Amino acid sequence: MNPTYLYSLISMGGIAAFLAAGLGFASEHFKVEQDPRVGKVEDALPGANCGACGYAGCEAFAEAVVNGEAPVGGCPVGGDKVASDIADIMGADAGSSDKVVAELLCGGGIKETTKSGKYQGIETCKAAHSVNGGEKECQYSCLGFGDCEVVCPFDAIEMSENGLPQINYDKCTGCGKCVEECPRNVLMLAPLSGQTHIRCSSHNTGKIVRKTCEVGCIGCSLCAKVCPVDAIEMKDNLAVIDYEKCVNCGKCAEKCPTGTIEFQGRWIEKVEINDKCVGCTLCAKACPVDCIDGEVKKLHEIDQERCIQCGLCYEACNVDAVDIFYKDEN
Amino acid sequence: MEEFTQILLLFISTVLINNFILVRFLGICPFLGVSKQVETAFSMGLATTFVMTLTAAATWLINTFILEAFNLPFLQYVSFIIVIASLVQFVEMFIKKTSPVLYKALGIFLPLITTNCAIMGLALLIPLNGYSFIASVVFGFGAGVGFTLAIVLMAGLREKLEFGDVPGVLKGVPVTLIIAGIMAMAFMGFSGLISM
Repeated sequence: MNPTYLYSLISMGGIAAFLAAGLGFASEHFKVEQDPRVGKVEDALPGANCGACGYAGCEAFAEAVVNGEAPVGGCPVGGDKVASDIADIMGADAGSSDKVVAELLCGGGIKETTKSGKYQGIETCKAAHSVNGGEKECQYSCLGFGDCEVVCPFDAIEMSENGLPQINYDKCTGCGKCVEECPRNVLMLAPLSGQTHIRCSSHNTGKIVRKTCEVGCIGCSLCAKVCPVDAIEMKDNLAVIDYEKCVNCGKCAEKCPTGTIEFQGRWIEKVEINDKCVGCTLCAKACPVDCIDGEVKKLHEIDQERCIQCGLCYEACNVDAVDIFYKDEN
Repeated sequence: MEEFTQILLLFISTVLINNFILVRFLGICPFLGVSKQVETAFSMGLATTFVMTLTAAATWLINTFILEAFNLPFLQYVSFIIVIASLVQFVEMFIKKTSPVLYKALGIFLPLITTNCAIMGLALLIPLNGYSFIASVVFGFGAGVGFTLAIVLMAGLREKLEFGDVPGVLKGVPVTLIIAGIMAMAFMGFSGLISM
């Protein structure tokens, strides 16, 4: 064998072995105790150290996530997959709070709104907003050029044919990028559990809304009056819902004369307590309007006069003693 | 005494006359990428100086006692790469343990310079010029100081430029490249400052 080969092999092998041993020794000897989740989160990240998240590399971002300073979906490069992986690692810590998603506060697409003119400028919401406010007459409406669709790092927003963004709740991570991007502020972050949405942001008077949009809030305040838990407040000719208080009974959506309020749940016709009831009072505690009477360990009863058919007692009951009859069943 | 003068001259010539960035055009990537703020530029320069000095020492030892001893100069590239990479890793771990403050200051820059051509260039220039061990270390340190000087000067200029009225087409990288060119020409003025 040619000695050059031999020497090369030995010297390179020697150098490599020496360095490997050195590094191995160092990684044990100079180990710094840190939250084990930092390492796991870092492993889940793409590891490109690109800095697109605003932190100095993946490790700094991982640390920020574990410290709760950065959102789990904060890595724009990793996208959906990485975000869900990190969410898994952070697990219970992150999961305890309700998942939030983007909600559109405008229902006025191309079909429902009247036009004030033709817009032929740069086709972005930002440009249209700063020039003359796009084509729609309502100055609070969604402009429909899809800046939110472009900015969404998770492909969770798609513009419908009617020119309104549609949000895919499965993909949406609640990062809030679209909310920041929207020049009209018609997007907001709302809990995923919220099923009642007021799809309008217009502070115009009812008269103007009637002229400009078929589905705009005219400020009649019927919803605020019908709401059993006072979750809707009238603010300057506009009904605004408080997701914290809302029990998703859908009463407001039923009453709304313009169809501005979208109710994504199912309307309940009637709720009854059957004889499986063990009298645990869980349902009575859950009821937002205190319409369930009954003593401890005795059969409970719902006062149908006062019941708002929200179904919270059904969810609260552990023994299957609450029967629900949905409206769409008959 | 004669030797000391030689070393001093080598140091000055490496910092000014043969500046790694502006005369040899090595390490342009961080020069353009990490020169937006004087503070971060200085951190980068610090990290680079640190790594360069260590690299100079380590590669001189490897080159002299292994590669030259066994007549294997063709292994320079590959062996230098692994030496630099592991050295930086080692230093990073060491600093993390011993000085969290310094670790925070150097931050991401330390692993980033591992793959920088200025470091590799330095490692390859040492055997080419046939420096002694002391001279190699001084050469490495001088190269780092020169790097820091150039990048901090650049960052200072760019900070001022933020408020300047730059034409739209030249904003960002183009004007930075122009500045780099002018700086390189300015550094040409140092040539002939000393003759070795």
